[in-house]
Amino acid sequence: MNTQEIRQQFPMLAHNSQLVYLDSAASALTPQCVIDAQSQYYQEYGVNIARGLYDASTHATSKYESARQEVAQFIGARASQIVFTSGTTMSINMIAHGLTDSICANSRIATTIAEHHSNLIPWQQLSARTGAKLDIVGITNNKELELSTLTNQEFAQIITPQTAVLALGYASNVLGNVNPIAQIIKRARAINPNILVVVDAAQAIAHIEIDVAQLDCDFLAFSGHKVYGPTGIGILYGKTKALAQLTPLITGGEMVDRVSENNVTFKGLPHRLEAGTPNIAGAVGLASALEFLRKIGFDKVSKHAKELLDYTKDKLRKNFGDNTIIYTGNSENIGLLSFSFFDIHPHDVADILNTHHIAVRAGTHCAQPLHSTLGVGATTRISFGIYTTTADIDQLITGLGAVRDIFAQNPKI
Amino acid sequence: MNNYQEKILDHYHHPRCHGDLTDATHLAHGRNTSCGDIINISLIIKDDTVQDISFTGDGCAISQAAASILAEYIKGKSVDDLKKINKDGMLKLVEIPLSPARIKCGLLALQTAHEALNLPTKNNTKKIINDV
Repeated sequence: MNTQEIRQQFPMLAHNSQLVYLDSAASALTPQCVIDAQSQYYQEYGVNIARGLYDASTHATSKYESARQEVAQFIGARASQIVFTSGTTMSINMIAHGLTDSICANSRIATTIAEHHSNLIPWQQLSARTGAKLDIVGITNNKELELSTLTNQEFAQIITPQTAVLALGYASNVLGNVNPIAQIIKRARAINPNILVVVDAAQAIAHIEIDVAQLDCDFLAFSGHKVYGPTGIGILYGKTKALAQLTPLITGGEMVDRVSENNVTFKGLPHRLEAGTPNIAGAVGLASALEFLRKIGFDKVSKHAKELLDYTKDKLRKNFGDNTIIYTGNSENIGLLSFSFFDIHPHDVADILNTHHIAVRAGTHCAQPLHSTLGVGATTRISFGIYTTTADIDQLITGLGAVRDIFAQNPKI
Repeated sequence: MNNYQEKILDHYHHPRCHGDLTDATHLAHGRNTSCGDIINISLIIKDDTVQDISFTGDGCAISQAAASILAEYIKGKSVDDLKKINKDGMLKLVEIPLSPARIKCGLLALQTAHEALNLPTKNNTKKIINDV
C-alpha cells in the first residue's frame, strides 16, 4: 500500500478532510478494519467469555484468545505471557504494585529522567512503599540516555547488585529517540543477573519491530491506541517467571480457582492477572490493528518516518532558521519532534495551528522532569503516523508562518 | 485567530500593571500545573479599595494578557467589585471566546487575585506561597 491507499483506510481522515493530524504519539488514528473488528464483536458474538456454555460465548472466548495469540506473535512471546490490561499505565502499575513484596529497603530501583510520568511515578510510589532507593539516570547533551554512554565503571555505580528493577522507555515521547535498550539490558544483567527489566514500549510499538526474547526484558508494556488499535486496551508482557512473581493488583471474578469464605487460590497465568470481564472488543480490535501493521511492514514504517522527519527538519530550518529549537538526538527516531518556536508559548502555537486544522501537542507531554532537564517550560510536539504526508508538513509550515506573523504584530497601545 | 485579536496581543506585548509592588498588602502565586502558566499578583488594599495591583508571570499569551486586562480594570475599584467578578465576568473582560482547553488560562489571574485577598502580607514583608 502506498500512503494514499493507507490514508483511505482511516475514516477519520475522510470525515475531517481538512485535518492535518500530527499527534499520533498521543493516539494513532484507527483504521476501518479495527473499527469493523470491534463492531463485529458487538453485532455477532457480543457476550462474555470464559464462563458461558453456549456457542456465542465459546466463539467470543476463542476470538479473545486468538487475539492474545496475535499479540504474542507480534512481539515474539508465548500467549501465556500476554496479559490484557487497559493500557501502558495500568500495565506498569500492575508491575510496580505486584512487586511490592519482592522489594526491600536496601533494594534499588533505577529509571531515567526521559521517562513518561507513567514510567516514573509508579516507581516513585514503589520506592516510597518499600524504602528502596530510586536512582534516576540522566541524558547527555546529545539527548541520549546516559545509560548508553557510560563507561562500565560508571554504569556499575548506577546499576548495582542491589538494583532490583530497571525501568526503561524504549523510545522517548518527547525526544523521539529510540534507546539502545538491548545493549543496556545486557550490561545490567552482567552486573545483576536477577534484575527485573521493565520496558515501556508505548511509543516504540508502532514504529519498531519488537522481539522480547531478543531484548531479554522481563516485562514490556504498551497501549492499543498508540498502535492504530482501540483505546482502553493494552498489554503487559512478562517472562513466565516474572509474571508469576507479581501479586495481582486487581482481584475478583475470572482470575480465581477455588474460593471459600476466607481463602482463595488464583488461576494460572495469564488469567490470574485479568480480574473481571475484560475489554473483549478492545482485544480483538488490537489484534486487528497489529495484523494491519504487520501487513504494511516495519521496513516501510521506519523508512516513511525517517523521510518525513528529514523533510520536516529541513523545512523548519529553511523557513525559521534558529528560531526553531528542536529537542531530539541524532540516533534513530520514531518520527517525532518536540520544538520551541521563537519565544511563543506552545499553547499559543497549538491554539493558532488548530485554527488551521492542524492538530499538534503542546505542553510537557507527561514528562515534566525531562522538560526541566532540557531547560524548557513546555514544547510543541509533532508526531507522525503511517498516514502522514509531506503535504501535512507543508501545511504545518504554513501554519507556523501564520503563528509567527500574529505574534510579530506589535499593536499600538 | 479568534483568540488572538488585537486586545490580547496588545496586553501581551505591552502588559499594564506589570511588576512587583514593594509595599503590597496582599500577595498570591497561581499556577496552571498542566500547562505551566504562572501568575503572581500583588495588591495594595486600603479602605476596602484596590488602590494598586501589579502582576508578574510566565506563560501563554492568554494567561498573561488576562492578568494585564484584569489589573487594568480593577485598579481603583472596591474589593467587593473584585470579589464579584466571576468566570463569566472575567471572560467578558477578555472579550474573546476561549476554547474549553484555554479557559483555565483566561481565569488564572482572576483566581490568583481572589486568592490574594485571603493572603495578607504581614508588616509588608513578602512571603513566598508554595504552589497549590
